[in-house]
Amino acid sequence: MTTTLNLDAEALYLALRQGVRGLLGAMPDAALVGIWSGGAWLAARLHADLGLPGEPGVISSALHRDDFSERGLSAGAGATKLPFAVDGRRILLIDDVLYTGRTIRAVINELYDFGRPASVALAVLVDRGGRELPIEPAFAAARLALAAAQRLSLARDDQGRFSFAVESEGS
Amino acid sequence: MLLRRNPQLNRHGELIHLLSIEGLPKAVLTQILDTAGTFLSVNEREVKKVPLLRGKSVFNLFFENSTRTRTTFEIAAKRLSADVINLDIARSSTAKGESLLDTIANLSAMHADMFVVRHSESGAPYLIAEHCAPHVHVVNAGDGRHAHPTQGLLDMYTIRHFKGDFTQLRVAIVGDIVHSRVARSDIHALTTLGVPEIRAVGPKTLVPGDLAQMGVRVCHDMAEGIRDADVIIMLRLQNERMSGAMLPSAGEFFKHFGLTPDKLALAQPDAIVMHPGPINRGVEIDSAVADGAHSVILPQVSFGIAVRMAVMSMIAGNEA
Repeated sequence: MTTTLNLDAEALYLALRQGVRGLLGAMPDAALVGIWSGGAWLAARLHADLGLPGEPGVISSALHRDDFSERGLSAGAGATKLPFAVDGRRILLIDDVLYTGRTIRAVINELYDFGRPASVALAVLVDRGGRELPIEPAFAAARLALAAAQRLSLARDDQGRFSFAVESEGS
Repeated sequence: MLLRRNPQLNRHGELIHLLSIEGLPKAVLTQILDTAGTFLSVNEREVKKVPLLRGKSVFNLFFENSTRTRTTFEIAAKRLSADVINLDIARSSTAKGESLLDTIANLSAMHADMFVVRHSESGAPYLIAEHCAPHVHVVNAGDGRHAHPTQGLLDMYTIRHFKGDFTQLRVAIVGDIVHSRVARSDIHALTTLGVPEIRAVGPKTLVPGDLAQMGVRVCHDMAEGIRDADVIIMLRLQNERMSGAMLPSAGEFFKHFGLTPDKLALAQPDAIVMHPGPINRGVEIDSAVADGAHSVILPQVSFGIAVRMAVMSMIAGNEA
């Protein structure tokens, strides 16, 4: 079952943009890296809206996931594209939903396959709680609690506008 | 036999062993090629290794020698972080009279997770796949005259890389088709992927007429066989065939079926020339062609590692 939660993704995006602008104030040379796929959409739009130089990076968790032996290879394994040297660079990861923290753990490992960053921070649209690893975002546009059976995912329409979909597992 | 489920697929239709390209759906072949594309980029990273097979043991069981194929499987498994154990079976247990299944049972007791098998007997990898534990996966690295599926897949990857679309191509396979497991795997893969014209080119002793049953156009004349071809796959002429009176001499073969610049000029101007290696210069292929602008023989080798990484990671992630 899919329902639209009363969660205005466009309004949250504006809050995220404000938050990312603030974070970049403290580290102006940082590179935005969006986590495939929802985070990559956000990073691309943030990059354009904030008038940042160069191109944003895209990163996938697929090759470092800890559930490979149960689920096999995830989609998006080939999506990682980092059009800059990672060595010594400050990295600001962008994602749509932060939950257990396992994706972020995998993505940090993926990042290190390309070099040693100077620092890594994280900004997300929604922090839904339920962390299973010691990972905290530097900025979250919203914090809410969702039941474990609910899946929250970002969608993007043809005009590039964002919305959230909530799916209930097993229904 | 026909009523049984394809032993390579689980009940969800996912790949659990790679034994032959015959019988695999187009979607699975395409998934392997797409996954291989992912792994190709891993080779460009500072750390050329991903942890998907970390903690897994891959046993290379080569009952028939092949340094090259064994090495590419070894590199692929190591880039996936597996532990690789190479067994020179030809010179050990079987020489002492141990049966194939006893060898497998012993290695399974050493906690093998995957067997990469090359065997001179057609069907040996099927036998192993049937008798190994459910968590163990088998990859056929060449069995008798039957199949060499990873070579077939890397050939398909190469063709897709350079040609994009399979559905408009003329593909000529030239040489010793009758003894070639590569040719058989290529023909099955090309057919499944929708290639409209596949030609088998060579002398009557090496290209039997009944190949036409596989949907292949048989050509005993080289000019006819490669005219307007988009892809030319040259096969290695195995020297051991020479003694079997199947061919008068290597020189005679080269004269009629060796790929020279003159003959290549009959193919499409942008034709690619492939070869599974090792090449015999001056026997099936002229040096000017092997080293020329149309040759994609070395890219085939690079793609082979990515394709084997794709196959091993896919089957390891699927349960029986």
